[in-house]
Amino acid sequence: MKKLQRNFHSRADWLIPALFIALLGLIVFSLTLGRYPVPVADIVQVVLSTPLNAVFDYTDVHRVVVEIVRLPRILIVALCGMGLALSGAAMQGVFRNPLVGPEIAGVSAGASFGGVLAIMLSFSPVSTVAMAFAFGLSALVIAFCLAKLAGKSSTLALVLSGVVVGAFFSALTGLMQYVADPQTQLPSITYWLLGSFVGATYEKTAIVAGVMLFAGTLLLALRWRINLLSLGDTDAAALGVNIEMLRWVIVALVALIVAAQVSVSGGVGWVGLIIPHLARMLVGPEHTKLLPASAFLGGIYLLAMDDIARSAGNQEIPIGLLTAVVGAPIFAFLFWKMQGKGWARD
Amino acid sequence: MTEQVLSFENLGFAYKAGRWVLRGYKGAVKRGKVLAILGPNGRGKTTLLKLLIGTLAPGEGTIQTLGRVAFVPQLFQVSFPYTVLDMVLMGRARQVGFFSTPSGQDEKTALRALERLGLADLAARPFDELSGGQRQLVIFARTLATEADILILDEPTSALDLKNQGIILEWIERLSRQEGLTVAFTTHHPHHAYAVADSTLLMLGEDDFLCGPTQEVMTEQHLHSLYGVDLKRLQFEHKGRTVETFVPVYGRMDEVAR
Repeated sequence: MKKLQRNFHSRADWLIPALFIALLGLIVFSLTLGRYPVPVADIVQVVLSTPLNAVFDYTDVHRVVVEIVRLPRILIVALCGMGLALSGAAMQGVFRNPLVGPEIAGVSAGASFGGVLAIMLSFSPVSTVAMAFAFGLSALVIAFCLAKLAGKSSTLALVLSGVVVGAFFSALTGLMQYVADPQTQLPSITYWLLGSFVGATYEKTAIVAGVMLFAGTLLLALRWRINLLSLGDTDAAALGVNIEMLRWVIVALVALIVAAQVSVSGGVGWVGLIIPHLARMLVGPEHTKLLPASAFLGGIYLLAMDDIARSAGNQEIPIGLLTAVVGAPIFAFLFWKMQGKGWARD
Repeated sequence: MTEQVLSFENLGFAYKAGRWVLRGYKGAVKRGKVLAILGPNGRGKTTLLKLLIGTLAPGEGTIQTLGRVAFVPQLFQVSFPYTVLDMVLMGRARQVGFFSTPSGQDEKTALRALERLGLADLAARPFDELSGGQRQLVIFARTLATEADILILDEPTSALDLKNQGIILEWIERLSRQEGLTVAFTTHHPHHAYAVADSTLLMLGEDDFLCGPTQEVMTEQHLHSLYGVDLKRLQFEHKGRTVETFVPVYGRMDEVAR
């Protein structure tokens, strides 16, 4: 019996730490990428200088490139990738649906509108982030209220109200684009909506890190309970689970993460949809393993995409475009791989 | 030893005010005994079960339970191919803290539950690859892992073939007789109730029911008024024991009409 258990758990046992190490490795590698060449030794010294409180022998230009330009961006990308994939895995479990992504409650659309409105009103970058975050959370509250008004606490009611709220805010965003000044405002709105991590600062990093640390930790703590929710309402309730409260808590945590991500980088799709599927193929469907594996895999994926986005061409490619262009074929591949086996089989 | 561990009195419930699904229902089961609940589709069997497990609150009347109640739902598909052990572990939901995951002790309890039902070898298999009968037994194991005293089963033999129906019935008997668990189950098969239930509840109408020892309650006449179908009680010798069962008489509708 003991042996059986060990074999059974072993794959996830080494794979999850391996994914974490791979993510750390990719973070260091990403620091070496860019137009301005910086020797690896200098990168390591710059990164270590703050925690070790020591001054090493590197040029000031190297310090600025690594510490001010590259590091905050790489941290934000990794955190957003982790958050989106973690959220996607949680939502797919809660809604028992493979086509669900973290944006289901209309939060992405709300946050996008908030960001666009801020650009229209020529707000500062920090205010843009705040607006996106505020509108993302407003979208969630409206979706919650609509679902409550419908009188039912079913997942279907929440999905439908999320669709309504999402469509409403998308329409408002479209209206903003229509009335925006095509010379000055429209290009920056379009670029922001396509999604990009350009202009990452430590303030933005702090916002994302704070939210991810809070919401991500709680989501991870609830990962076993997501198994219970995925059984369906009657069964989960009979096992003593307060399904309605648990579902709202998880959706609210996911909304926080999505709002934080959209507010710093605009629309970045597909990560929360495909990464949980990939992770499920690696560690199985059980959420105590699936959530951490998804998080690390999501960080790796988005960081790799961002590395390509900023170094593949002469001009930076919007990462939202890249994740969609790459994500769609990956999803098609997964779909083909899972044919006849059930979508969620490992 | 023979105290009533599950009882309800003057039990009533309505989804919409004034439109009672059940009213005035009364029944009781003693420790280690089996209660079968029979009724046609839409009579409120599932509603009654939901009241007993506490996911619905009674509109009127009272339900008393001594000990923990666990629910075995109808055979279902899982959205994710969890392993058998993962499925059984979910029975520990009440014992595992809100922000934590099952402990080694929970895992031991789950494995012990699987062993009790002879399913230990299946622990690492995906739940959805099992046969219907095995899946139902795994859900039984999950119920044992809850360490409940009272099992409420919703049509445990539906969607199963004849052999698996027999296995499930045997387990219902064994869990009550040998493990001292109190069981209540709904069924559409009067002969299942007749085979294993100590007492039977016939849901004849919203405020019309019969509840008592199976032998007394289950008569041809009562079952006819329950289903509107003729049922015959048959008695015969099989492998040295006397078997009594009910068989519905179908067909020849033209004769019935005449």
